[in-house]
Amino acid sequence: MGCTCNSNDKEKLFCSGVLVENRPGAILPPQEAWEQKKGGYVVIECPQRIPCNPCATSCPTGAVKPFKDINDVPEIDYEKCTGCGLCVAKCPGLACFVIDLTYSADEAVIKLPYELEPKPAKGQKVKCLNRVGEEVSEGEVSAVTEPLKDQTTVVSVVIPKKLVGEIRAIKVVC
Amino acid sequence: MKKMIETDLLVVGGGAAGLCAAAEAAGAGAKVTVIESDLHPGGQLVKQTHKFFGSKDEYAGTRGYKIAGILLDEISSLGDKVDIRTNTTVTGYYPEEGIFTAMKGEEEYYRIKAKKTVVATGAQERLIPFPNNDLPGVYGAGAVQTLMNVYGVVPGKKVLMVGAGNIGLIVSYQLRQAGVEIAAVVEAMPKIGGYWVHAAKIRRLGIPILLRHTIVEAVGDKVIEGAVIQELDDKFQLIGEPRKIDCDVICMAVGLTPTTELFWQAGAKMQYCPQLCGHVPFRDNTMRTSNPDIWVAGDASGIEEASAAMVEGRIAGHSAAKSLGLNVKEESFKEYWTRLDHLRAGEVGEKIRGGICQVLVDGWEA
Repeated sequence: MGCTCNSNDKEKLFCSGVLVENRPGAILPPQEAWEQKKGGYVVIECPQRIPCNPCATSCPTGAVKPFKDINDVPEIDYEKCTGCGLCVAKCPGLACFVIDLTYSADEAVIKLPYELEPKPAKGQKVKCLNRVGEEVSEGEVSAVTEPLKDQTTVVSVVIPKKLVGEIRAIKVVC
Repeated sequence: MKKMIETDLLVVGGGAAGLCAAAEAAGAGAKVTVIESDLHPGGQLVKQTHKFFGSKDEYAGTRGYKIAGILLDEISSLGDKVDIRTNTTVTGYYPEEGIFTAMKGEEEYYRIKAKKTVVATGAQERLIPFPNNDLPGVYGAGAVQTLMNVYGVVPGKKVLMVGAGNIGLIVSYQLRQAGVEIAAVVEAMPKIGGYWVHAAKIRRLGIPILLRHTIVEAVGDKVIEGAVIQELDDKFQLIGEPRKIDCDVICMAVGLTPTTELFWQAGAKMQYCPQLCGHVPFRDNTMRTSNPDIWVAGDASGIEEASAAMVEGRIAGHSAAKSLGLNVKEESFKEYWTRLDHLRAGEVGEKIRGGICQVLVDGWEA
C-alpha cells in the first residue's frame, strides 16, 4: 500500500481504509471530458495491489483495461467507458462507482453498490454519506437495479455536484 | 470397534480445499471418502456471504456460500465416486497400520483404511488473553459467522471487533448487514491487515477503525457490558488513557493457526513458520508431505485465502489420483501452479511466499 503511517494524519486515515487523495487505482476521471459525458464515467477506489480482477474481466467494453498481472490496480480507458455500471455490481470489494455529471447544472448522479436492508425505492430521499460515514447531504434515489441478480443492488442517487468527490454511500431511513 | 471402511482416497475435511481435492481426484476416477466434522459440507465457505476476490478460475465475484454449492454440484455430477460423511470427526491416525479412526456423532466409531489421504483440516482461531475474556459474549469471529450466516441468529446488539484483518473487516460488514451496530474495530498494528477495500466499505458506513489500539479488559459481571480499549505505541506498549466502550459482544478476529494434529501423528516433517501462522508440514510441489501417503491442502498447510486453498486442493487431489495409478491431465498441474503463483504474486502474497519457501522441498527421496 506504500503506507508509512507515522508521517501524518492523511496517511493514518488512508491506513484505516479512507481515501484521502488520488492514488494509482483510485483516480477521478479527467474533469473536462467527465463534465460532458452523458451516462457518466466509472470511478474506482482500489488503491491496493490485491489478487483480484473481476472489474476488468466483467467490463463489456474493455474500459477497465485488461490486467497484465491479477494484482494490478485498475486503470481506466475513459474513451471506452459507457457508465454501464456492471463493475459496480460485480466488484467484490464494492469499490466501483459511476458518476454522471450531466444530470443538471448543480446535481450529479452516483451509481453505488448497496447490500444492506432496507432497500431504498425510486423517488425516496436518502442520507448521503462520505468516506467515513458522515451524513453530508440528502439525495433522491432515481433508480434501483440488481444487474447481476446476485443481491448486490445498484442504487442511483441524485446528489449535489459539489459533493461528487465525497459521497460514497447512502443511509436509508424509513 | 470392528467396523472398517476402505477407500482409495480419504479426504479429511470437507471445506474449500477438501472439496476441491475430492472433486479433482474423483474426476480422475478415484473412489473418495470425505470426512467432515460439521453437519454439512463446505467448511468456512458456507458462512461467507460476501463475494470472493481472485479471478474467474477461483469464482471471483461469486459469494462464498454459492461457491460451496458449485463444488458440491461438481462432486454430485461425478455420480457415486465421492462419499461425503458429515457430523464425523477423524480422531486419530495409527501409522503402524496406516489406519484412521473416525467418530460419527458421539456414538458411532469406525476405522478407515485409505490408500492415500489428503488432510485438509483447515485452521483454528486464535484468542488473546485479557481479564474477563471468559465472560459470555466474547466470541471468535468464526462463531459469530456461524450464528449469523448459518443459523440466522445475531450475537448481540453492539459489537467491539478486535482485529482488522480480512476476517475482522468482513465480519464487521456482515454484522452491519444483519443490523448489528459495530462500536469500533480495534487493530494493534499501524495499518489494517486485510484488504483496503474491505476497510473502506465499512468506514463509509461510519464504522471506526482504531489503529494501534487493543482491548485491555472485558467489562461485566455475568455477561459482557463493555470493553476497555487503549492505544499502543510502536513497541506495542500501552499508552494514553484507557477508554470504556459500550458493547454486549466482543468479537475476536486476531488470526488463525493451522490444524495439524494428524500430521504430527503421521510423523510428517514439520516446521514452525510464522508467515504461515504456526507449525505446518513440509511439502513438495504436489502438496505431498514427507509421509508418502499423505498430502496437505488449504489452511492446514499455512493460513491463506480460500481462493488459494481451492487451488491447493486441486493440486493435492490431482497428485493423489496420479499416485493411485489413475490417468490425470498433466497440463492441469501446470495450470494450477500458474494460478497459485498469480494469486501469490503481489505484495499481499509476499508473506505467504516467504513462508512457503521455508517448507517447500524439491521432492521426497523414494
